[in-house]
Amino acid sequence: MRSARSRRGLTGIAALAVSAIALTGCASEETGGTQTASGTSPGEGRAECSQLTQFGDLTGTEVRVFTSIVQPESDAQQASYELFTECTGAEVAYEGSQEFETQLSVRVRGGNAPDIAYVPQPGLVNTMVATGQTVPAPQPVSDNVDEFFPEIWREYGTVDGTFYAAPLGANVKSFVWYSPSFFEENGYEIPETWDEMTALSEEIAQSGTKPWCAGIESGTATGWTVTDWLEDAILRDQGADFYDQWVNHEVPFDDQAVADSLDRVGGILKNGDFVNGGFGDVRSIASTSFQDAGYPILSDNCAMMRQASFYAAQWASAPSAEGGNAPVVAEDGDVFAFYLPVTQDNGERPVLGGGEFVLAFDDRPEVQAFQTYLSSDIWANEKAEATPDGGWVSANTGLDINLLNSPIDVLSAETLQDPNAVFRFDGSDQMPSAVGAGSFWTQMTDWITGKSTGDALTQIEESWPTS
Amino acid sequence: MSTSTPTAAPLGDEQQLQDDADGGSGNGKPPAGPSGFAQAQRSLTGRVGSILAILIAILWTLPTAGLLITSFRPASDINSSGWWTFFTDPNVTLDNYRQVLSSGGDFNLSTYFVNSFIITIPAVIIPITLATMAAYAFAWMDFKGKSALFVAVFALQIVPIQVTLIPLQQFYVNPPGNLAPLGGNDALGGGFYAIWLSHAIFAMPLAIYLLHNFMREIPGELIESARVDGAGHVQIFTRMMLPLMAPAIAAFGIFQFLWVWNDLLVALVFSGGNQAVAPLTVPLSSLAGQRGEDYFLLSAGAFVSLIVPLIVFLSLQRYFVRGLLAGSVKG
Amino acid sequence: MSTPEKFLQMGIAIALFIALMSAILLLSSRFKNRSGERLQAAAFLLPAVLLVAFGLLYPALKTIYQSLFDSFGTNFVGTENYQTIITNPDLLVVLRNTLFWVLLTPLLATFIGLIYAVLVDGSRFEKQAKALVFLPMAISLVGATIIWKFVYAYRDNDVTLADGSNPAQIGLLNAMLDGVGLPTFQFLTSPPWNTFFLIVILIWIQAGFAMVILSASIKAIPEDIIEAARLDGVSGVKMFRHITVPSIRPALIVVLTTISIATLKVFDIVQTVGGQFDTSVLAYEFYRQFFVANNQGLATALATVIFVLVIPIIFYNVRQFRRLEAR
Repeated sequence: MRSARSRRGLTGIAALAVSAIALTGCASEETGGTQTASGTSPGEGRAECSQLTQFGDLTGTEVRVFTSIVQPESDAQQASYELFTECTGAEVAYEGSQEFETQLSVRVRGGNAPDIAYVPQPGLVNTMVATGQTVPAPQPVSDNVDEFFPEIWREYGTVDGTFYAAPLGANVKSFVWYSPSFFEENGYEIPETWDEMTALSEEIAQSGTKPWCAGIESGTATGWTVTDWLEDAILRDQGADFYDQWVNHEVPFDDQAVADSLDRVGGILKNGDFVNGGFGDVRSIASTSFQDAGYPILSDNCAMMRQASFYAAQWASAPSAEGGNAPVVAEDGDVFAFYLPVTQDNGERPVLGGGEFVLAFDDRPEVQAFQTYLSSDIWANEKAEATPDGGWVSANTGLDINLLNSPIDVLSAETLQDPNAVFRFDGSDQMPSAVGAGSFWTQMTDWITGKSTGDALTQIEESWPTS
Repeated sequence: MSTSTPTAAPLGDEQQLQDDADGGSGNGKPPAGPSGFAQAQRSLTGRVGSILAILIAILWTLPTAGLLITSFRPASDINSSGWWTFFTDPNVTLDNYRQVLSSGGDFNLSTYFVNSFIITIPAVIIPITLATMAAYAFAWMDFKGKSALFVAVFALQIVPIQVTLIPLQQFYVNPPGNLAPLGGNDALGGGFYAIWLSHAIFAMPLAIYLLHNFMREIPGELIESARVDGAGHVQIFTRMMLPLMAPAIAAFGIFQFLWVWNDLLVALVFSGGNQAVAPLTVPLSSLAGQRGEDYFLLSAGAFVSLIVPLIVFLSLQRYFVRGLLAGSVKG
Repeated sequence: MSTPEKFLQMGIAIALFIALMSAILLLSSRFKNRSGERLQAAAFLLPAVLLVAFGLLYPALKTIYQSLFDSFGTNFVGTENYQTIITNPDLLVVLRNTLFWVLLTPLLATFIGLIYAVLVDGSRFEKQAKALVFLPMAISLVGATIIWKFVYAYRDNDVTLADGSNPAQIGLLNAMLDGVGLPTFQFLTSPPWNTFFLIVILIWIQAGFAMVILSASIKAIPEDIIEAARLDGVSGVKMFRHITVPSIRPALIVVLTTISIATLKVFDIVQTVGGQFDTSVLAYEFYRQFFVANNQGLATALATVIFVLVIPIIFYNVRQFRRLEAR
């Protein structure tokens, strides 16, 4: 999930019928066959084209890509495809839409699917595969993913033992934004454990500043910020295995362990002494947009906000960014992020995140060549270089961190590539959309505005589709 | 600006001067080119009426004025203070417009502007023509099952566009028989035909319903006498109906123009990913930026797209004149 | 496609259309006698009826059919989806909200549009005055959303910031409340009132529609009727009540009907607040269930309920239609 606006999950109930992700890591996954064209590839003899020359001469062909990535982020995407065109001769027709989910649904059902879609949720990958219009990823893509990505990412792109979708970009959700200067002036330390974080919150509250700010308003997706909080807490309290069972509904949604984690979140978000810095009481969290939520950090009206790495782009729009004085996002700048602390000391660093998956609806050689290119380390580094202002990162271990252009991207990449990191994808993006893009959001919103933990979780459990 | 002169002003000036000229213009002068009707209407409601009208106008304009001012304010101000503080602390910038209108990158506004026109013109002409003909048939022709058919067409207004998207799309991409596909990758005319046809379909029930109701207002004697004189339906339709219906057609034309011009959904779905045929609303809707953080640009974008409908409205208004039916006998 | 190519396409399309229509008119004009009436009627009606049958009737029937099946349209479930609608508490709220919308919007928008059309009729600034009320209709929904964001925006005015000030109100209404020392109000997140604040937005948009149609209709009132009334000494409010309103009664019904149907289909306005905080209405819920939750059965059942709700409106219109026929 890169943004809340239009990229929240629609996981069909199909997802359940088709398969929940097999966490045992299938050894015998199927991939698609490789299609090639005749002729000599224009990139023959160039090292960076070595993976692409096998597809032959693709001059005059076109790959239609449909994504939820729109202006201005799409410029860097398109710039990073130039090398592909040089290597193969194939052009990329790019289209980004704010209405991505609806559009994709209509196009695929209407028989007008794009060649490739960048799908921001594993659940939607399942739904799309269930339509029967998708094609498995070819062998070179599969090889790239084995080489460059942690195993869990491959599983998110696998449906029923067949590997379909390689990961593209990624974001890290387990971040807390703060003002380095505010911490330094007051002698606050970055907390290493949840308890330290709670102690710090109390200290800040006593000094007269509200330690936390939060905003969950996000149009149709209002509430998703709280779901991220809860997922992060479950991942820390119960570990990744329990998290997977909960996401796949192998344990009931209102399991006591989930309630405990939600109460842990409530200890911050529903504590009137801790929130809502610069905005008001607990209720104001519901009406504050997630975009505006962090701005009080800049004016010292609030100390911390838990929000994903993609919030970095939001600081430039802050009210205090007068006349081009955008806040500097860096460890020694105006604002930066630290890793959301763990609740137990077992050496693991759980990382909650999101990202997109490259799903193909056609197996023409140029489409397969493009899939291969996107799953390679070559593209990851091209993309890093094509994004001068930062705001992009991938879980691709072939990504050279030195090429990243912003401190927060570096922090994200380091967090993802940390040997102790246990990565898990945003749970609501994997659940059936009746829950993941429905009751989970609405009940969490009601929970903020006063509903009890038990009632909210019970109602989500009741809304889980039966089939 | 020019005032519309009624084609048949039944009242002479002396008549107007006799009127209690306490009209809404409030300056004692008789308003330019008013009708006796308006005079009579306002002579009693006078001041109260004027105040009420001004109040509605202000209430209706205020939010939009806020948007207009917002579009000229720096992005950083928009979120930190209300737009009304502009009057005490004016801080004007053209940056929002510059960014919207700049032809950098993919956002080449002129192309989209052209597309909007290409989409809108046929999408207004076609349904209005068809609907006027159908409305005429419903109003002045006799055939079995007329009422039932009319009610059915009228009732179909209720079908939300979203319900029809997938069936229509399937038809456009894979038409039955050997027809050329109107949608998909090798769509006829780049996909314009699918958009035109869809707009025509969605406009039809409401257009027929509205125009039929206006048509019923035309006295039947006119039609009857023309028939007695040996005119056929086609002649009556083209020579009599179309001129008489001008106000109604203009009124509906304005709305159809607006709906098509401001439509996003139909264009998005049926342009099927072909940027070359996308109208202005498509790039505008993505102006908000990927995370909705750039809506200051939207305020400028909204006004850029508003200009054309406004010109259309102001220019078509002159068809709303009384007197077209003057002298006709009402049954 | 280049710009000239596009214009060429448009030219071809319009030329084709005109040629087709001329052919229809010419052919049917050869049947002048009364027996050719049926053929002429067919020629006049067929293009429109065909379009509507294929583009609207067929999808509607398909929708009703799908509403009897489960989420994937595979298993027949009878009326199960409908039972869900009338038993699920959330969906009952949706039904209730839809009724609020349909009862309030048409009446208020039509009333305001009518009063305004009459008041500015024939005044010196008629054109400009109408343009002002018409504006909301012309502004795209994206624009309207931002406009109202700046009307309803909420900041808690009890908060004292680090620099000792209170947060600046950027919402017009809350700035007014704040100005007179009242606590600010969360207009969009406090049910049940938030639904009414959303209804205001649609009234604001639709009043322009009512005004334009009613204005055209007022202008079509034959001069001699007014003349006769004036000679009888009728004027002002009396004229409005006894001459204007009865004369434009058909147009009033048309406007009320049209706005009612548009209101039943409203979904973008609700979408701006995400359909949360108990603001959802049928059309929005249909959209969400169909395209987001992939719950085809329930979604199509919701759409069918929209079809059912329009029946009383159709009924009323049919009665009016009959009365006119009997003239």
